[in-house]
Amino acid sequence: MAISEEQVRHVAMLARLTLTDEQVVHLGEELNSVLGHIDTIQQLDLADVEPTAHVLDVVNVMRPDEVRPGLEREVALRNAPAAEAGAFVIPRIVGGGDEA
Amino acid sequence: MIDLSRLSATQIRDGVADGVFSAREVTEAALGRIDALEPHIHAFNQVTPELAYEAAARIDEAVASDVVLPPLAGVPVAVKDNMNLIGTRTTCSSRMLENYESVYDCTAVRRLLDAGAVPVGKCNLDEFAFGSSTENSAFGPTRNPWDLDRVPGGSSGGSAAAVAAGMASISLGSDTGGSIRQPGSLTGTVAFKPTYGRVSRYGCVAFASSLDQIGPFARTVEDAAIALNAISGHDPMDATSADRPAEDFTATLTDGVAGLRVGVVTDLLDADGCAPEVRDTVRAAAETFAALGAEVGEVELPSTAHGLSAYYVIAPAEASSNLARFDGIRYGHRVPDAEDVLDLYMRSRAEGFGPETIRRIMLGTYVLSAGYYDAYYGQAQKARTLIKQDFASAFERFDVLLTPTSPTVAFGIGEKADDPLAMYLSDIYTIPVNLAGNCAVSVPARLSETERLPIGLQIVGDYFAEPTVMRAAAAFEAAAGFDTTPPVVKEIQ
Repeated sequence: MAISEEQVRHVAMLARLTLTDEQVVHLGEELNSVLGHIDTIQQLDLADVEPTAHVLDVVNVMRPDEVRPGLEREVALRNAPAAEAGAFVIPRIVGGGDEA
Repeated sequence: MIDLSRLSATQIRDGVADGVFSAREVTEAALGRIDALEPHIHAFNQVTPELAYEAAARIDEAVASDVVLPPLAGVPVAVKDNMNLIGTRTTCSSRMLENYESVYDCTAVRRLLDAGAVPVGKCNLDEFAFGSSTENSAFGPTRNPWDLDRVPGGSSGGSAAAVAAGMASISLGSDTGGSIRQPGSLTGTVAFKPTYGRVSRYGCVAFASSLDQIGPFARTVEDAAIALNAISGHDPMDATSADRPAEDFTATLTDGVAGLRVGVVTDLLDADGCAPEVRDTVRAAAETFAALGAEVGEVELPSTAHGLSAYYVIAPAEASSNLARFDGIRYGHRVPDAEDVLDLYMRSRAEGFGPETIRRIMLGTYVLSAGYYDAYYGQAQKARTLIKQDFASAFERFDVLLTPTSPTVAFGIGEKADDPLAMYLSDIYTIPVNLAGNCAVSVPARLSETERLPIGLQIVGDYFAEPTVMRAAAAFEAAAGFDTTPPVVKEIQ
């Protein structure tokens, strides 16, 4: 199934990627080329086959609920592009008035 | 001067233990080789002399105080730059993480260093391990030590090139669809992908979590086995790591292959795009095994024909989820002038990620999106079941399977860069093993007749059959007599 430019833009929004118009056209062509190859699996009759999500027969792994040291706050913030007062800084997400 | 390209890890360790040379002298030799060769090859994103000399000093102190030395004492190692090591950046060869400082250690790397290894640097890769040539690095391609105009394969191309050129004795790579084995084949190195769960992935930046596995590159099978000894085993920090008793992968290396049941996978050999010389190499390898006393037969894995399709649904789907963490807030690239949070996410990601990463995220997001999930992801997971079943029935009849590692020898830099699908086809022989989750190694078999480039043989084993695969690889290595030193590297020296 061919993917349209509109779909490319929709998927880019889902993936949180700003694309230029040129990228939308180019990516559409490339995705269609790859999907053209992948589409063969849609023709397989796999109605009676169980899906494999994980190759080994593992079950949920539990550990004791114990307090353990984690990363120090200062270390966790070390790679943050913007940090202040021991916290990550992000653009305003609530409000919108003039007050700080 | 110590010629690192001629010494195995064991010889280095024993030489250090016996006082033939010090760990510092070995480290100087490795860093000297990096100085000479790195401008031609670009295997490293970061060289770490301080960490290396610190580690070497600890080994030399241990020698002075007569402490029993660990198995990799003084051995220079390099690790793929998607594994964290405190004191280094972990960039994944991406602008997104260009300045990212590791804040904890990857378990596999930690274990290698605890075994006495000396870390000389972090190796180049395709951005976030997306690729088969190391050309997708934001910091420029790595060149193949056998021919500097060709790619070393990928995505662990830097790790492969570092070992092939003797800049490190052992390196670590990660393999999601062939990213250890394919560069191993293209650079004439021994390249091992362990069984899924054998090695902890804690601290290795996740690509596709149901497929990723860390493994070693080395110039000999024995060195690969020693490295695997060091890095294997359960880790409470990775719930998918297998809780199994420790094994010594060197224990049965020299037991030979008499009576070993070896299956040649004929339908993979006949696949379109497999170079005749590669096909001949596998046929000749089968004859070698027969001459060594193995019981050689033929087998087919028909469902692996759908491997590439299933992989290019599952791997990008998981990658698109894993890479959602790069949001420009906690770490990584961030645009300075975002209007709001959405704008911050969208432009930081678009600027920080390279073209192939964006392609994979887009593909993965698409196949997981509403209306397409069952048609793609659901089908791919079912196809994965069939591939797993094909291997299971093959391993009822055979102990190991032989296939090519890569359909061709190393290709030219730029040759496939503009054709994603052609690049993806480089991994048709390695991908099915990741989908099934079992173990496999690429062992150098011979040089191609005209181009004199390495061709690797893939030896595939069942789940946790690493000792059997290692034993088969060691027997084949001895019979093949492949000279692992690239002529170009000899000239540059």
